[in-house]
Amino acid sequence: MTDKPIIDRLANAFAAAGDGGLHSRLAALAERQGLLDVSYRTVDSPLGLLLLAATGEGLVRVAFSCEDHDTVLARLASDISPRILRTPRRLDEAAHQLDEYFAGKRRAFSVPVDLQLAHGFRRSVLDHLRRIPYGATQSYAAVARAAGNPSAVRAAASACSHNPIPLVVPCHRVVRSDGTTGEYLAGPEAKRTLLAMEAAA
Amino acid sequence: MTAWVVMDRARDAAVRPFEEIVAEHGPVVMRVCRALLGQADAADAWSETFLSALEAYPRLQPGSSIRAWLVTIAHRKAIDHLRGAARRPQPTDDLPEIPAVDAAPAGESSIDDELRAALEALPAKQRGAVIYRYLADLSYAEVGELLESSATAARRSAADGIANLRKHFSKGART
Repeated sequence: MTDKPIIDRLANAFAAAGDGGLHSRLAALAERQGLLDVSYRTVDSPLGLLLLAATGEGLVRVAFSCEDHDTVLARLASDISPRILRTPRRLDEAAHQLDEYFAGKRRAFSVPVDLQLAHGFRRSVLDHLRRIPYGATQSYAAVARAAGNPSAVRAAASACSHNPIPLVVPCHRVVRSDGTTGEYLAGPEAKRTLLAMEAAA
Repeated sequence: MTAWVVMDRARDAAVRPFEEIVAEHGPVVMRVCRALLGQADAADAWSETFLSALEAYPRLQPGSSIRAWLVTIAHRKAIDHLRGAARRPQPTDDLPEIPAVDAAPAGESSIDDELRAALEALPAKQRGAVIYRYLADLSYAEVGELLESSATAARRSAADGIANLRKHFSKGART
């Protein structure tokens, strides 16, 4: 007789049926003790599944599924902190506001944001983007000027394409000077959809 | 304090979000906590283990065996529990309830109960060796460190423990 049956039996005797709420209890304890540096959840949207991540400061990342959410989380682990847990509660309000936005019922986001992933000129560009109103568009050149460096049009475009918080920081409202839509992380079609939706609301 | 550098387990080297660690190792740590403490205290020990691990995680050496590291923390938490020296429990008013213990499926329960009782009745070294070798899947060297003995002694304890369990188990299954 081998030991295998009794070892399997042993593992079975101490197996737990499902998580039974332990994970959410861990997340709540971690948050209370200040050990939860980044929480995240996903949310369905007309542009596909979105990943939302927040620090204690606010929303720090919105990622489209084309960015690969596992890769995005691994980047957050090295760029911010590996103390990352799936914690839907901290992001409920952001998810709710995005739902309203996609339903045409919300024109501005009021959740706090954390722009720590953007530095220098890119940060200035994002700060300016937050002031472009719903339904309006601006050219990359105008954005470069407003962010304090009129000749940095390409850098302004690059700041938009590296926006860590798309949708909430509305980089989709920046278009080419000739009026064409220009690039977007989730694809130009997604950008056209957003602009058409805002124009119609 | 052991330096957690085990070169042949370098796949854990990348900084992974802690969520992945919980998802991958949570069930093993739960089995170990249940085997060490019984079902009633296992949920607390599990939470304390992962909370301590979360705190220390950013300082964990690249290349460490995550599972051995977690099981070591669970081992210490279990000792704290058994000595009654556990940290005062956190106020739990607005925390999710500790899940109720699931009833074992009918028909399976008596054999599993028998096995749990037999494991609990083993001498401490044998019991520890069986839990850390076969439930946690640690190497004999790692088991030896946890039990403050050599890898050879750990191997012997695990073998003796399994032999004793088999004796009890087959006796229990027949009656």
